[in-house]
Formats: sequence, C-alpha cells, structure tokens
Amino acid sequence: MSRIASTLSALESAGRKALIPFITAGDPDPSLTVPLMHTLVDAGADIIELGVPFSDPMADGPTIQRSSERALLKKVSLRNVIAAVAEFRTTNASTPVVLMGYANPIEAMGVDAFAEAAAKAGADGVLVVDYPPEESHDFAAKIRALGLDVIFLVAPTSTEKRIQAVGEIGSGYIYYVSLKGVTGAGHIDVSEVAKRIPAIRKSVGMPVGVGFGIRDGASAKALSAVADGVVIGSRIIEEIEGSPADQVLPRVKALVGSIRQAMDSQEVTA
Amino acid sequence: MGKQDLPAEVSASAYNYPDALGHFGPYGGVFVAETLIAALDELRVEYDKLKDDPAFRAEYEYELKHYVGRPSPVYHARRLSDHCGGAQIYLKREDLNHTGAHKINNVIGQAMVAKHMGKPRVIAETGAGQHGVATATIAARLGMECVVYMGSEDVKRQAANVYRMKLLGATVVPVECGSKTLKDALNEAMRDWVTNVANTFYIIGTVAGPHPYPMMVRDFQKIIGEECLWQMPEMIQRQPDAVIACVGGGSNAMGIFYPYIPYPDVRLIGVEAGGHGLASGQHSASLTAGRPGVLHGNRTYLLQDENGQIIETHSVSAGLDYPGVGPEHAWLKDTGRAEYVTINDDEALEAFHRMCRTEGIIPALESSHAIAYAMKLAATMPKDAALLVNLSGRGDKDMHTVAEKSGIKF
Repeated sequence: MSRIASTLSALESAGRKALIPFITAGDPDPSLTVPLMHTLVDAGADIIELGVPFSDPMADGPTIQRSSERALLKKVSLRNVIAAVAEFRTTNASTPVVLMGYANPIEAMGVDAFAEAAAKAGADGVLVVDYPPEESHDFAAKIRALGLDVIFLVAPTSTEKRIQAVGEIGSGYIYYVSLKGVTGAGHIDVSEVAKRIPAIRKSVGMPVGVGFGIRDGASAKALSAVADGVVIGSRIIEEIEGSPADQVLPRVKALVGSIRQAMDSQEVTA
Repeated sequence: MGKQDLPAEVSASAYNYPDALGHFGPYGGVFVAETLIAALDELRVEYDKLKDDPAFRAEYEYELKHYVGRPSPVYHARRLSDHCGGAQIYLKREDLNHTGAHKINNVIGQAMVAKHMGKPRVIAETGAGQHGVATATIAARLGMECVVYMGSEDVKRQAANVYRMKLLGATVVPVECGSKTLKDALNEAMRDWVTNVANTFYIIGTVAGPHPYPMMVRDFQKIIGEECLWQMPEMIQRQPDAVIACVGGGSNAMGIFYPYIPYPDVRLIGVEAGGHGLASGQHSASLTAGRPGVLHGNRTYLLQDENGQIIETHSVSAGLDYPGVGPEHAWLKDTGRAEYVTINDDEALEAFHRMCRTEGIIPALESSHAIAYAMKLAATMPKDAALLVNLSGRGDKDMHTVAEKSGIKF
C-alpha cells in the first residue's frame, strides 16, 4: 500500500479527515521550503501538496500565480523541488508529499527522468493540472510503475463517464474542485459539494479530497463533514505573502493549526 | 518539392488532421484542467453539428460577403516586384476586410457558434488588438456582451485599438500578471471562461489552444486560401510557386496554407518574428528556435528555458509576440510540408516602408514580416515566378510604433 493510501486509511479508521495544505516550493525563498513542510506537519498536516512553480499557471488564481513568480525569480526548478522532497524525507518518513504542477516543466525534464528522480527522492504522488486522463495514459503508467500515485482532478462539471475514467487511471485520492473557477476564488457552496461527494467516492473507489475556495476553519470544518480531506492553498500562500521572513513559519503554523483544530472539533460534536 | 517526396501523411488524399481528439501527429490535443473539459466537450459537439450544417454555412457566407466584404482581392504588386528584380509578388488583400485584418473571418464564425449555443457573453484575448477589435465588432453586430483581456504592455503599445474596442461597447481588461503580453491575456481569458462557463463563449483568436480551437479557427480562416485557389488561375493561369505568410499563433498562415496542402508544387513558407535576431534571444520564433512542450491547452513548439518555463518573447509587432504556435504548424514543420523562416524587426520595418512607397499600401507590421521574406526570395527567382503573400492586415494600428522607430513624435 502506498504511503498516501496507508495514511488515508489510518485516518479513516481513526474517524479523522485529512488536512492537505498546499505551498509553492521556493516561495517565499528556497531556504524556507523544507522548514515550511515540517511546520505544516507540526501544525497537523496529513499530506503535503508541494507546488512546482510554472510561468503560466492557467488553472490557478492570482495568489498562486504570484507565489510561482516569486519562486521563479529565485530560479527554482523542478529538480530543486525534488531535492527539497529528498531533504524533507531525511527527517520525515511518514507524511506523504504530492508534487503538483503543470506538464511543461515535467516534459522539459523528461517524463522518465522526472519519475525516477521523484520516486528516489521519496515523493508519493503527482498531480499534473493540465494532464487530463485522455492525455496521460503513458505518463500515468510510468509514474505508477515506480510506486507513485497519480492524482486527478474532478470538477463539478465532470460527467459520470469521466469520473469513472479518472477512477480507472488515478490512484491515492481524487481532488474534487469545489467550485467553478480558479484556485483562491469566491466562496464555496458546501451543500452543492455535499451532494456530489458520495457518488464520486462510490464511482472512483478511493478517498475524495476537496479544494478551491476553502479559506478558514469554518469552511474546512463544514467540508470535512462530507469529504475525506480538505486542500487549502491560496489562504496559506496569502499568509506567507503577508509575513516578514522571520514570521513566515510561526504564522503558517498558527493558521494551519487553527484549521486542524476546527476540523477535529467537528469530529467531537458530530 | 515533387509529390513523391511528400510524406504519405500529407499527400492530397491522406491529409486528414486533426484526429478525433484534436491531434496533429504528436501535437495539439486537450491539455487543460478538468474544470474546462465539459466546456470544450460541449463546444466540440456543437461545432461538429454546425460545421456541415448548410443553413449555418449559408449564414456564415452571407456575413463574409455582406459584412466583411469578401472575397478580398489578389493584387499584383508590380512596382514592388520590379524593385526586387525577380519573381512577381501577389498580395492577398486581407487588409481590406472590415476591421482591417483577417481576424474577422474567424470571429464571425465563432460568434455565430456562440449564438447557436445560447451564450450571450463573449470573451477574447488580444495582443496587437486586432482580434480584440474584431471580437468587439461582432459582439456589437450581434448584440452580445464582450470582455477583452489584453496585457497591460500591449494596452500601452496599442492605445488606438483599446479605444476602438471601447467605442464598440467592449470592456477591456488590462492584465498585469507575468510578462503582461498576449500569453498572459490568454491565461486570464481562460480563467474567466472557467469561472463563467455557463453563459460565456471564449473566442480564441488564433489556431492554438485546446481542441477543437485549432481546427475550428483554421476552418473559419481557410476561406482565404480557398479564394486564392480560383483567384490565382484567373490572374496568371496557374497556382503560385510559393505561398508566404507571417506566423505568430499562425491563423492567417493556416488560413492561406490549408487549401494549398494538397498542391505539392506550391511551397508553403511561414515567416516568424526574428525580433532583434535569433542570437540575441529576443525574438518570437517558436518553430525555428523552440522545442515541443505543453502550453495553453496544446502540445506544440514553445520558447522555453531548460527548466520548461515559458520565456518572454520580443517582436516589433505585438501580434507575433507569442511564445507558442498553432499545433498544425508544428506538424507541417515536422513533416516538411511547410518551411519556416525568420525576419528581424529591422527587415520588417524596411519592408513596411518599401510597401508604403511602392504600392501605396500601409501593411501591418505582422504582415510586413511576410513581405520582407517575399522580397528576399523574389530577388533570387526568375521574373516569371509567382509568390503569393498573405497581406493579413493593414498598418494603421502601427503608426505610433513605426513613427517612434523613425524618431518621430506626433
């Protein structure tokens, strides 16, 4: 069983939901990436989504695009991101790390070279935003052959047929995009999400994480009642963006800790 | 090139691209987030129905004739040809279209598809402003809401076109992200579409983007080459020896090339923007100097660094200033059916001035790249050779840029 699958199954047995924070590697500075990953774990993260900076992040909103731009100003490459995972693994053997980004940096490195380097560094999953299932059969096969999970997005507009296709090619968990739009946008309609999740979970046969538009403990709590995990990205990036360098770690810890607390308190009352 | 030299894939009978999933060989495809898939599926299904629907075709052709003013003439540029001292240069006058460029052919088609799909709001990205003006024009003509995304650098470079769009009732949104040019405007338009997909149609201005856009835009632009197929024999009793067009995203080039693909004796030559020269690194020559990769929904040649980050491009013409290129051009390059060359800023400007003085035609800076290459090539060919150049747009929008380059202030 993959590190992602065993983590999610342990959480399920414990009646807890996964907290999946997203940060962009290299933002605000490459020296803070690994400390930030450990901070996320200390604050209660179960899985880390580590963003690979890209010059043209089409599916992301302005907040995550700015974090990409900051990382690229510091010349952070896909190889640097993989190196950060290897460094993280020297002291953390249990928290799964999912590399999340766009196709072009991976293709520029070469899919085989990327897959081997990511596996060797101790990454656990890959989510390529602009690789829908029909364009990623070879890619997914190569990644899975090395024991990594390939995670796919499902949208409110995805048809039943597509959700099944994602279920066949994907593994680890499904990332359900909770609203129409880009990351960091608008408000989330929990009741709409709640209506979709059970059918999606049944169709794909794996846990469902929900992301896009989750901004605080309250929305995380509401969604964790219906999903297996919640992904929070833009709100954390905003915290990083608004903090002086020496305050980044404590402030991110406080924010993510408060979200963890809200999610867990819900389990007591539920 | 003789017919026997052509790869089987592009011989007259066999050229049938893209495939059902939008692939031109290894290029094209649908490389987008899941959030866009449903919208693209809906568009593909609707377009498949409309493209062969006689009523839709008739409506489209009516608009081209009565609103755009088609067919656009082919014109023998005699004095320009004499100046070059070789082949005869013929111009396909897309600059005479309503709104002053080829862009309108595609925009009318897509706006009609939007109407059929019941989408009251259209959005577009624009570089030089030509596609934005064309979209704003059609939106006004059909009574649709129109929002145009434009890099803030381009907003500065093309102030007159920004005002034109506003006159036509469009909202122009300056994009401050990234390099603040066409590619960033495209990113922003995609984001708008993802968010407002229920009531919004995204009118892409070039033969790029996810399937079905490269195919659909080509289909709406191929009228350019289809007209040339009967106009050239009318003028010179045969087809030209070469067809030459500038390539940014590549829609005017695809429009004039596509009908000529089954004519193996006609060379197809795409002219990319060499900017300050390929060696300077400041250019927009994706096919000549780029590598295949994935951007804006399709796999194609891209200008990128060794880490796969898209790099900033340069051209004196905003319309060519784009780091990618339509996937069908990538395929035509790899198969050898089309050739791709570059023309630098200075050469394009020289051709611009030469055209003004010898023919009384002020060409767009984009089209000036094609003219510049035709002038070079003509000089090496006999006087009875014939080159057909797509004069894709007029240069009124470029007055400020050209004046500035000549040290003139208004």
